[in-house]
Amino acid sequence: MTEAHKFVDIRHAQKAYGDLEVLKDISLTVDRGEIVAIIGPSGSGKSTLLRAINDLDSLTGGEVWLDGVQINKNLPYRQYEKHINAMRQQVGMVFQHFNLFPHLSVRDNVTMAPKLLKGLSDKEADKLAEEQLNHVGMLERIDYYPSQLSGGQKQRVAIARALAMQPKLMLFDEATSALDPELVEEVNLVMKRLAEEHMTMIIVTHEMDFAASVCDRVIFMDKGVVVEQGPPSVVFQNPTEERTKEFLRKHLAQHHAQNAAEAAALTAAQTNEGAK
Amino acid sequence: MDIELILKVYPYFLEAAVVTIELSVLTVLLGLICGALAAAARMSRFRLLRIIGAVYVSVFRGTPALIQLFLLYFGGPQIGIQLDAFEAGVIGLGLNIGAYMAETMRGAIVSVDGGQTEAARTLGLSRAQAFRKVTLPQAMRLMIRPLGVNINAQIKGTALVAAISVVELTYTAQRYIGSTYKPFEMFFLAGVLYIIIITVTGKGITYLDRKARLP
Ligand SMILES: Nc1ncnc2c1ncn2[C@@H]1O[C@H](COP(=O)(O)OP(=O)(O)OP(=O)(O)O)[C@@H](O)[C@H]1O
Ligand SMILES: [Mg+2]
Repeated sequence: MTEAHKFVDIRHAQKAYGDLEVLKDISLTVDRGEIVAIIGPSGSGKSTLLRAINDLDSLTGGEVWLDGVQINKNLPYRQYEKHINAMRQQVGMVFQHFNLFPHLSVRDNVTMAPKLLKGLSDKEADKLAEEQLNHVGMLERIDYYPSQLSGGQKQRVAIARALAMQPKLMLFDEATSALDPELVEEVNLVMKRLAEEHMTMIIVTHEMDFAASVCDRVIFMDKGVVVEQGPPSVVFQNPTEERTKEFLRKHLAQHHAQNAAEAAALTAAQTNEGAK
Repeated sequence: MDIELILKVYPYFLEAAVVTIELSVLTVLLGLICGALAAAARMSRFRLLRIIGAVYVSVFRGTPALIQLFLLYFGGPQIGIQLDAFEAGVIGLGLNIGAYMAETMRGAIVSVDGGQTEAARTLGLSRAQAFRKVTLPQAMRLMIRPLGVNINAQIKGTALVAAISVVELTYTAQRYIGSTYKPFEMFFLAGVLYIIIITVTGKGITYLDRKARLP
């Protein structure tokens, strides 16, 4: 690789389900150490794009490159399987619904892949699990099972599980959307810490405040295209595209409505308390 | 009810119950093997295997077990398959219950959340590793109870081999009716022994299910 390459390089990504074009010729790059947020309305193709990066959803056209290697290479089945498994080891992914393995303890959730794929001994794996879980503040729960954890704790373990493979790139698909509001912060803190450590991250999120505070760049997607991208200060405060403005306006209104509803519920609860 | 008669014949019924238990164990084992193979075939990425699996399941679930037994035992010699009645019973009923078990196993496997495989694959596990380490352990827990239902049906289903003269519980009851003319007592006794076998097996299944339950 003599040529300088982009760390993550998405070239003319296209994805169609039958006649439905979900990604329409998207090209983007992400630098090593960069933290990128993808925002956009529901159904705009954010998850599809993220999942195309590690070929969880295969593109119908275009290429995805990571650190100079094409991920979605055209290879015969067996060769491709080998290739993609090796690539995926370098890309961590965190899901909205955690997808922890319910039949394994927190420790085994973290160590299963490193033991199986990197041949770690039990002792090495234990050390790794302790390190990773300590990092996300979950060391005390190492011998718990997923069902015994809160949503926020589950997501922190899921992050530790992904990090245990020492990925070059982390993908987050609405990591906090399924969480109760009071549990969002603990997961955000873990992600902020990762950002400080210069992990390359692509974060699909609905949380504009979080995106503004951690990300180097915000990408706004709508209807399968990248409408606008730039530093959060520009995209959030000074967007050029009409669609971006409209989205942010709607989003803000929704946000306010939700806050108002929560405040009202709280007041009602307090009034009830008082009446007792 | 002729208690004295029951007390006199029950040792023979116990012997017959042992045969029923042997038949049950062997057919269930064969059924589990055939079921696992057929379930795997039905979920294979090879079309031919999927077809073979589907044909096996629909043929054995779509025809009466009695016909399958008769075909094997009476029709077998015509195409060069010579089996004694017990062997024919085990093979015929084992293949039959295997078709039901295949569906039970497949059902349990597909009901494991797809996000589980996705999470495993994102970590870099191969399809086979993800299945072995993530999907299967969860599916196994889900299939204990429904396989228990299959096993329950199979224990009662062994009665069919009376039709090809295997000396098990039902056949024994019929034979003693011939000499005692006391159908109520004979079938009652056989029924009690079936209930004991079924209840003990059911308890075993419940125990396994509880032991496999996750925290
Ligand atoms: N398997 C599929 N078959 C058909 N259409 C699909 C499939 N998966 C996704 N889509 C469609 O692709 C479009 C983009 O979906 P995607 O999940 O990427 O959106 P998103 O931006 O992540 O939305 P959200 O914010 O709701 O998560 C949607 O219109 C969706 O209905
Ligand atoms: Mg999505």
